[in-house]
Amino acid sequence: MQAILEISDLKVQVEEAGKAILQGVNLTVRPGELHAIMGPNGAGKSTLGYTLAGRDGYEVLAGDITLDGSSLLDMDADARARAGVFLAFQYPVELPGVNVANFLRTAMNAHRTARGEPELDVLAFLKLCRAEMAKLAMPEDFLSRSVNTGFSGGEKKRFEILQMALLQPTLAILDETDSGLDIDALRIVAAGVNALRTPERGWVVITHYQRLLDYLQPTHVHILANPDGMGGRIVRSGGPELAAQLEAEGYEKLGVA
Amino acid sequence: MPAEADTLQTLDELGHTYKYGFVTDVATDMAPVGLTADTIRFLSAKKDEPQWLLDWRLKAFAVWQGMTPPTWQKPNIPPIDYQALSYYAAPKGMGNGPTSLDEIDPEIRRTYEKLGIPLKEQEILAGVTGGAPADSGRRVAVDAVFDSVSVATTFRAELAKAGVIFCPISEAIREHPELVQRYLGRVVPVADNYYAAMNSAVFSDGSFVYVPKGVRCPMELSTYFRINARNTGQFERTLILADEGSHVSYLEGCTAPQRDENQLHAAVVELVAMAGATIKYSTVQNWYPGDADGKGGIYNFVTKRGLCRGAKSKISWTQVETGSAITWKYPSCILEGDDSVGEFYSVALTRHKQAADTGTKMIHRGKRTRSIIIAKGISADAGDNTYRGLVDISPAATGSRNYTQCDSLLIGNRCGAHTIPYIKVHNASSTVEHEATTSKISDDQLFYCAQRGLPEQDAVAMIVNGFAKEVLQQLPMEFAVEAQKLLGISLEGSVG
Ligand SMILES: Nc1ncnc2c1ncn2[C@@H]1O[C@H](COP(=O)(O)OP(=O)(O)OP(=O)(O)O)[C@@H](O)[C@H]1O
Ligand SMILES: [Mg+2]
Repeated sequence: MQAILEISDLKVQVEEAGKAILQGVNLTVRPGELHAIMGPNGAGKSTLGYTLAGRDGYEVLAGDITLDGSSLLDMDADARARAGVFLAFQYPVELPGVNVANFLRTAMNAHRTARGEPELDVLAFLKLCRAEMAKLAMPEDFLSRSVNTGFSGGEKKRFEILQMALLQPTLAILDETDSGLDIDALRIVAAGVNALRTPERGWVVITHYQRLLDYLQPTHVHILANPDGMGGRIVRSGGPELAAQLEAEGYEKLGVA
Repeated sequence: MPAEADTLQTLDELGHTYKYGFVTDVATDMAPVGLTADTIRFLSAKKDEPQWLLDWRLKAFAVWQGMTPPTWQKPNIPPIDYQALSYYAAPKGMGNGPTSLDEIDPEIRRTYEKLGIPLKEQEILAGVTGGAPADSGRRVAVDAVFDSVSVATTFRAELAKAGVIFCPISEAIREHPELVQRYLGRVVPVADNYYAAMNSAVFSDGSFVYVPKGVRCPMELSTYFRINARNTGQFERTLILADEGSHVSYLEGCTAPQRDENQLHAAVVELVAMAGATIKYSTVQNWYPGDADGKGGIYNFVTKRGLCRGAKSKISWTQVETGSAITWKYPSCILEGDDSVGEFYSVALTRHKQAADTGTKMIHRGKRTRSIIIAKGISADAGDNTYRGLVDISPAATGSRNYTQCDSLLIGNRCGAHTIPYIKVHNASSTVEHEATTSKISDDQLFYCAQRGLPEQDAVAMIVNGFAKEVLQQLPMEFAVEAQKLLGISLEGSVG
């Protein structure tokens, strides 16, 4: 089966940091698989997410990233997004004055245009959007607010999942979507993610806690760490039991800190 | 950084972003270059003006000769050779305006079509950016001013039925001399400033509006200013009178050909609102801004002022300023009537080497007068944006209030933004609030939008429109859509 995401021997330098942050990451995500990435603070997990999404300043020194078999490296961030890569941000960004409904519809239409589909009119968009908002228990007045401006931490994370539900990516990368959520919100967001678990879609879920994974039941668990300061890489891989072991013992005891 | 190289390359291709830079090939009557009392007699005669107006112009000319150009503004205004300009340019045969819409030169009609302004009376509205007309079902009357003359005014008969006069000011001088004579120079005195004095001496055409007592003007009124001829300036003069309890919304748009030399637009606009009247005046200014090196572009030196003469009257200025090499403009309100209201909503965008020094004066004279100022400056490339505003509350204007908010948005790190508020409060029962912010479009914001699939231009346009939202939503709805597009287009290639 063709992999959705194939990361091979990826070395990444962050321009502002002036040094290698990832040093030889390998990861294969096949359709339907959900890969959890855990690891100590500062190991390079968000850097991996940004690099996959094509952020400027995250320079690939070596290795390759392919989506559905084709390399992403020459594509700009917006083209990667339209090709099906979605990143739920650890820290979603405020866009003052930019109306949520307008933002969502513009994003959806950018994707539709890229696929050669006609743009959604306002009514069709609102119908789709309201249905997804209801699943995430988001109130109607959300649509008239400004993107992420004045949102609580939990509202920001829910809004990321709403965008994912509307954009229907091939590859979904969630960066600490569980942090900042209260217990009920965590359940709602996890249910939102599970509703999008199709046999075709691939997942990379960055998290520090097993709680989220209890809901999501990952197929694979990896630990990304930077034990020698040379750069982050995947130091352990396993099934869900690895997350349980990590939660019980911590990074130090596992010998990866 | 590769991103920066992209920016430079995109900037190189930028000749294309100003979409109205074409020239109309039409035979033109021009006054000989130079400015003397004889020039003024010549153009007054061309317009068949009464003696009182010629005398008024000549007096203004004498006043202007004794004045020097202002130097207090932030942009440096290079010396202008006033003797090298021609002060009258009109398409041949159009000297006194057309008698009917059918008589317009087809070349000129095509020009306005290209600009998105159909000179016919139909149920559609075209905007000022040449985009697809919004099919709103609402109608807009248009006065089209081409160089020094008005070439067409639509919907006059229908407006006349409501008692509304909407015509070129040169016609109003002939047909309604009592109104013009009473109010011309009443709000902006001849000696107000250098450019206003000059305008008073040589003004060409502009619009005249009178809305009678208690009448709500049945449609939007608009004037579309086009500079076409080379070596000339445009000296617009507009006078809007709203009688007691009336209501009018007026919009102006402006474009000009792309040329290497600078051209001058020195306008005077006067508004008078009687008791209970409301005037809403909106501008979408898209004069040729000059190229990336700062070559060419319009000098937009404009005096706009409204007098809230009666109690509970209201004047609201909304401006979207994206064009011109230098903008020098302070649409103001004199709040004479008790409980009168003045508003100023502004978006000024400067890029390349454009400079804007713009703002407002809110002069509170009546009791319990209120004013609100929302000014948004957007600067990119080496653009320089200054907000300059005065709030002046006199001893008699007790219980008055002002709220001012000035926000600057910077794109890149070569541009400039400055906020210069002057506040004078002469009584203890009035309050003035002033807030100012400066922000940048961040890489985080651009990446967030890109991650949702938005190309960079669309992301910038979206962020900028979000920034300007409070002002754009003051525009009549159809024009708000056009203005949003214009802000996006004007910033094409400003980030890479
Ligand atoms: N723009 C930057 N400038 C300087 N250093 C950076 C930058 N981006 C990342 N780094 C550094 O790279 C390393 C990895 O950061 P990253 O955010 O990827 O870690 P993380 O694994 O996501 O951590 P956390 O669990 O705390 O979210 C850190 O040492 C961080 O300081
Ligand atoms: Mg992180």
